[in-house]
Amino acid sequence: MKKIIIALAFLILPGLSLAAGGGYPLEKAPIDLHDKASLQKGAKLYVNYCMGCHSLEYQRYNRLARDIGLTDDQVKDNLIFTGAKVGETMKNAMPKADAKRWFGVTPPDLTVISRSRGVDYLYTYLQTFYLDPTRPFGVNNAAFPNAGMPHVLWELQGMQKAVYESHKDHDGNETKVLKGFELVQPGSMSPPEFKEAMADLTNFLAYVGEPIQLERQWIGIWVLLFLALLTVVFYLLKKEYWKDVH
Amino acid sequence: MANTQGTTGLLGWIDERFPLTKMMREHLTEYYAPKNFNFWYFFGSLALLVLVNQILTGIWLTMSYKPSAADAFASVEYIMRDVDWGWLIRYMHSTGASAFFVVVYLHMFRALIYGSYKKPRELIWIFGVLIFVALMAEAFMGYLLPWGQMSYWGAQVIVNLFSAIPVIGPDLSVWIRGDFVVSDATLNRFFSLHVIAVPLVLVGLVVAHILALHEVGSNNPDGVEIKKGPKGNRWDPKAPADGIPFHPYYTVKDLVGVGVFLLFFSFVIFFAPEMGGYFLEHPNFDPADPMKTPPHIAPVWYFTPFYAILRAVPSFAGTQVWGVLAMGAAIVMLFFLPWLDRSPVKSIRYRGLLFKLVLAAFIVSFLILGYLGALPTTPARTTLAQVCSVIYFAFFFVLPILPWFEKTKPVPERVTAK
Repeated sequence: MKKIIIALAFLILPGLSLAAGGGYPLEKAPIDLHDKASLQKGAKLYVNYCMGCHSLEYQRYNRLARDIGLTDDQVKDNLIFTGAKVGETMKNAMPKADAKRWFGVTPPDLTVISRSRGVDYLYTYLQTFYLDPTRPFGVNNAAFPNAGMPHVLWELQGMQKAVYESHKDHDGNETKVLKGFELVQPGSMSPPEFKEAMADLTNFLAYVGEPIQLERQWIGIWVLLFLALLTVVFYLLKKEYWKDVH
Repeated sequence: MANTQGTTGLLGWIDERFPLTKMMREHLTEYYAPKNFNFWYFFGSLALLVLVNQILTGIWLTMSYKPSAADAFASVEYIMRDVDWGWLIRYMHSTGASAFFVVVYLHMFRALIYGSYKKPRELIWIFGVLIFVALMAEAFMGYLLPWGQMSYWGAQVIVNLFSAIPVIGPDLSVWIRGDFVVSDATLNRFFSLHVIAVPLVLVGLVVAHILALHEVGSNNPDGVEIKKGPKGNRWDPKAPADGIPFHPYYTVKDLVGVGVFLLFFSFVIFFAPEMGGYFLEHPNFDPADPMKTPPHIAPVWYFTPFYAILRAVPSFAGTQVWGVLAMGAAIVMLFFLPWLDRSPVKSIRYRGLLFKLVLAAFIVSFLILGYLGALPTTPARTTLAQVCSVIYFAFFFVLPILPWFEKTKPVPERVTAK
């Protein structure tokens, strides 16, 4: 009987899903996978600030090197801090059980996060941490309300506080809507610099989500050209054969 | 020395021992198909093409995929990243699954508009619906294999439907899963069924479908039986006058369809493999987590019409089994179509306005149900889904009485145009 109730819950649950989102508008991420400099800067930010907790366990260092225009030695010198070999995947050293105790959840692997959440979400998430004393780490996030993650990029961005706008509905009830942010403590980067850095980081994650994507589109153009030609040949062949069908 | 087929040499040697030339003639060079096939007749051969695509890419995927809860998700990413051309094989397979349903739905629609299910083609239709059912089972079990969040929770929801069956339900669902929740045991058995059991059934049914078709001959857009028409064409004095040999005429014509289809197919594979989250759902890039229910569980697009019917039926007398029954009935009704449609006229070209309206209502309700099934429910959407479900089922009950009111046009003796 309990299982039936669970089954029924699944059928009804979807109706509640809209209430679960943050409701904060996502900002369009300026993705450009051809921009190798941006990908390299994103990779550097990732290994310095994110990888301690979030592995990229399906991404190989040497594949990364090849795809973003670095040599294996450059990767070894600048991006590998874990003693991993260049042919290995980008794992980290954090024990999963400890992580769960520290943060409440195990920080997820982010190899394909750009494909599950979308790049706009990531770009917005990275920029919308704000001060909230009610949260364990003192910060909340607009794109992911009550996120369990501390604001690890605070020394770059600084700290910002949320700015709300009040709305009155028909019944006179006041609701507060998150409008934007105000920097209360500057970081080492200016706001435009930080924005660009987050664009690089998002770009990097977009690449890691599917390393083949640039190549597949390039191959795709040739495939489509070939098929278009083949279809013309097929059409002419059909026309020739069908000449005598009346 | 010539044999009964008139072949000599190696082919003659084979023909004395195996009906190679005989089969080639029966099914290709001397299978006379009506000469007036139109656009809608491409989808049968395309379905066969996609079936071959699924089997071949499936064989190669199986070489690198690991059917275990611990390794499945990682092995798919291994295929995507480390296996040479693995990404292409995987996208051909995932896009092929959706393409299969696209061509099969269009193929079924063709049967509806030209009355291809009617006497003497009832068995072709029944084999066809069985193929559709097997295909749904195949797609459902295949979808569990990447072991993402949607794989897991989609399977959980669907298997839980069986537990709504009174008395045996809960035990039945445990028996299907091999566990109390979807788990490693479920993944393993679904893998087995997906790669061998269901494909065998599918191929067998496809053979039966084609054998039955070649026994009675193809229908056509005019719904005229060419075998009952005048005899004698350029190739055979006893063959139907309106028939042309399947090979080479329809093989070269189908090649044009193949070319156009592959253009669309390749466009998706190379430029939009996720198809905006419809072919590969975004939450499926999160590994399966039995402790975390996704906020919105949506089946893949080809199941959404039936899922919408399931959700549209309210629980009654303390059980949700009615929704499950309605969903099952939505498919079962298809089997009876040849006997429910009592009009002597096959093709929509010569049927009355009434039939066209009824069919249009059926198709539109099916499409709306498909749209609704992908969305979270709201009271308004549920009401709309209920209306569409009623229209969907009403189609089958209106068909038998339609001939009393329907004014059909005279059917020509011979096929029209070319």
